Amino acid sequence: MFEDINFLLIREIISSVFIIIGVMFMLISTIGLLRFPDFYIRMSAITKGATLGLGFILSGMGIYFNEPDMFLKVMLIIGFTFLTSPVAAHVIGRTAVRNKIPFWDHTNLDEFKDYLHKEHSAHRDHERDNTQV
Amino acid sequence: MSIFSFTLIFAMAALSLCLVMTGIRFAIGPTLPDRITAFDLFVANVIGIVAIYTELTGNQDFIDVAIILSLFGFLGSISFAYYLMKSAR
Repeated sequence: MFEDINFLLIREIISSVFIIIGVMFMLISTIGLLRFPDFYIRMSAITKGATLGLGFILSGMGIYFNEPDMFLKVMLIIGFTFLTSPVAAHVIGRTAVRNKIPFWDHTNLDEFKDYLHKEHSAHRDHERDNTQV
Repeated sequence: MSIFSFTLIFAMAALSLCLVMTGIRFAIGPTLPDRITAFDLFVANVIGIVAIYTELTGNQDFIDVAIILSLFGFLGSISFAYYLMKSAR
């Protein structure tokens, strides 16, 4: 029953679908990086879209090669990217808030205002301590 | 030309377009964190290109490049952010 199925063709088709989905995600997130109005919104766009697109592309590659060590390496890259991309985005966003990178005009900052004030005043206190020492 | 190789070449072209658009944002980015974020996306795009190239040539040694690149991209953006935070103080 299974002799007349071309498994290579099935793997190629599944891998093509995964790669097309991943490339579409990366293209859309890159257009978002180019078009969005604010640093924080841009960072949100690429840290979600590009990571998901990369996961899709690498899964497609793992399905095409169909070998255990290749699958292990692909899982290693996907796990590492999914682990480190939010951490890097968080660190860069925190640095941007500390450096007073301006928000977009239409961003609703009402609930964030206290934290922003505290962060900037802590920053100022730290500066004053440094100048005293 | 089969569907599969057409897909791979299309994906390569689309990722190259992504690289060009990221380079535009890297050039015009108004602030330094914008450029760090664009660098992050550079690394992700290059990992994707390495994956597609591995599939295009069938040589499995190239995937190690993607592992090392995913490590060093994270290290690069973290160190940029760290020194930016140090220089703000």
